[in-house]
Amino acid sequence: MTTRVSKSRSISRRRLLTTAGVGAAIAASPFRISPLRAEEANIKIGFPVPLTGPYGTEAQDQVRAAQLAVAQFNDAGGLGGRKAELVVRDDKLNPGEAATRTLELVEKEKVNFVVGSLSAAVQLAINNVTKERGIIFNSISQSDAINQVPDFSRFTFHEALNPHMTSGAVGRYAFPKFGKKVAFLTADYAFGHEMVRGFLEVGKAFNIENLGDFRHPIGTTDFSTLLPRIQALKPDILCISNFGRDQQIALRQATDFGIKKTTQIIVPVLSHGSRVAAGPQAFEGVIGGCSFYWGIEDKFASTKAFNDAFRKMYNGKLPTDYGALGYGGVRAVLSAVKNAGSVDTDKVIAALEALKYDYYKGPQYYRKCDHQSVQSVLIIRSKSKGLRNESDVFEVISTEEPNEAHLRTCEELSHKA
Amino acid sequence: MAGLNLDLIGLQLFAGLALGAIYVLFAIGLSLIFGMLTVVNFAHGAFYMVGAYVGLYVLMLGGNFWICLVAVPLAVGLFGMLVERLLIRRLYRRGIDYPLLLTFGLSYVMVELVRIAFGKIGYPFDTPELLQGAVNIGVGYFPLYRLFVIGATAAVLLCLWLFLERTRFGLIIRAGARDSQIVRVLGVDISRIWLIVFGIGTAIAGFAGLLAAPLQGVIPEMGSTILAEAFVVTVVGGMGSIGGAVLAGLLVGIVISLSSLFVPEMAKVSIFALMAIVLIVRPQGFFGRAGLMS
Repeated sequence: MTTRVSKSRSISRRRLLTTAGVGAAIAASPFRISPLRAEEANIKIGFPVPLTGPYGTEAQDQVRAAQLAVAQFNDAGGLGGRKAELVVRDDKLNPGEAATRTLELVEKEKVNFVVGSLSAAVQLAINNVTKERGIIFNSISQSDAINQVPDFSRFTFHEALNPHMTSGAVGRYAFPKFGKKVAFLTADYAFGHEMVRGFLEVGKAFNIENLGDFRHPIGTTDFSTLLPRIQALKPDILCISNFGRDQQIALRQATDFGIKKTTQIIVPVLSHGSRVAAGPQAFEGVIGGCSFYWGIEDKFASTKAFNDAFRKMYNGKLPTDYGALGYGGVRAVLSAVKNAGSVDTDKVIAALEALKYDYYKGPQYYRKCDHQSVQSVLIIRSKSKGLRNESDVFEVISTEEPNEAHLRTCEELSHKA
Repeated sequence: MAGLNLDLIGLQLFAGLALGAIYVLFAIGLSLIFGMLTVVNFAHGAFYMVGAYVGLYVLMLGGNFWICLVAVPLAVGLFGMLVERLLIRRLYRRGIDYPLLLTFGLSYVMVELVRIAFGKIGYPFDTPELLQGAVNIGVGYFPLYRLFVIGATAAVLLCLWLFLERTRFGLIIRAGARDSQIVRVLGVDISRIWLIVFGIGTAIAGFAGLLAAPLQGVIPEMGSTILAEAFVVTVVGGMGSIGGAVLAGLLVGIVISLSSLFVPEMAKVSIFALMAIVLIVRPQGFFGRAGLMS
């Protein structure tokens, strides 16, 4: 029997099935070439923070809170269906590393915005990269320099407090209350110097007597050589301007030397993480400032909402001061994106400048000339008795309401009117 | 300078003594191990740190500080002997470099293991209740706990002195430090001696770590800073000399303390200046033997 070779112009069934099968396989595989339009891609927010190093706990809190902000944005529908994504990187608390990571975020990950960092030097390094590339950077830790020329750029925003505001608020509370003779124990870097400068400026109005500024290198583990001298001066107030582990050790040793018997210790920034790490004894009676404490949920509905959402997402944990900054920084940017209706940088800058918000601690807005978030400063004191839960470590003894008068003027910061 | 008077200098001297006490304990172990075994123990800082963490662990298990004072040197000493037996012993005949490299690498491993077990951020270490507060020592108020550190160091030194000078074992150790060949010829098992010396040296380092813990808390990196300073002490005092370690340790503590009174920015650097001067004037240190490194 001869086989008939069919020279049909129609496609044979086998070929049809094969082609369809291969087509389906390609469509299902991740390598398909699909015509994705640029607008469909996620809105990326780069988030460089010091996950390794002495501020690791604070940094991880910031990541958690930032992820909450992103989740809330996405759950509310995003930008017309377009979702946001947090791209976290570890800057190791090193300016060089931070610059490299930020470059990577901008060039490789193509982030739309950057929010981050802890420590003055590191955020300035990140800012140098972002302002050169025209990417909006919302900084979430303390720095005086970032508000002023030449570091400032129209892409630079500052959600966190700056040393001037913080030391000013603490000084205005403490100086009239505890006495005029003030000694300073200061970490010898930008943060410390900026805080002392702020205190001295505020102190002028109260006629304080500066007994001396005793500086120590960052990472000092033994203050026993400085404390006797400070004690001998018999100050009314000892102002300890340092952060993290330095603060924990300094307070512990100051307690050991019995300084608290005769002197009120104030610190510009009382960090939740440090208080938990060092325990109640070292921090007993110490008064300081902070940007956020979960305990103000009695006062602001926004705080309660933030606390509840955080507790729900993270198994009952409460947000800390630095964590809340992570939330605020990211949420402000995403809200501006929503208001502007796009991720276009100029539109978002305009939207941020116009933003009046209350996301976690009461009313805030960004001042136009330096993009500093005008906000309240909380004066807190460490608690050691009657703790309702593991996060109940402070009591808010005073609040300085948001007031532009507490910031340095635009002219002082060299901004042209 | 405001407030400078004899009282303040007295207080600074005491602060220097307390500071120096920790250096002394740390440097004695280093000196012992170098003097006897000719091993530069770069892991000494890690043993110091392990001592602090063992103390922390004992407290976590429900013990108190006084139990730690006994448990920590025992535990760290045993661990040290294990390290000597299994790791360092194999490298004795190979000159001074190999054990040095080994201990250097060991320090990294130990720090990393502690990081894995206890986390990277460290823990606070509370001063025991009995030792809290400050006492008036005549020139001013001084923390009771630091006085305790000075006292504990003196006690350890006394025990060590009695052990070395008044027991047969101590005699063998001193002889072995003088000339290990002859001691071997006389039929003494020198490797057992070295095992015990390494154990004692690391035990004292662990004890120093425990004493330092309430002063500054406990972090995995606490051994590295003190190691650098302790090498200054051993160089100034003379490598291999215990008396030298004691004198130099106290001297270094007092130099740091007093220079922070007069030139605070130079305080940490001042000890290296001291080391430079001593090396120029007397290269083997106060009580070291000349030519030990050759």
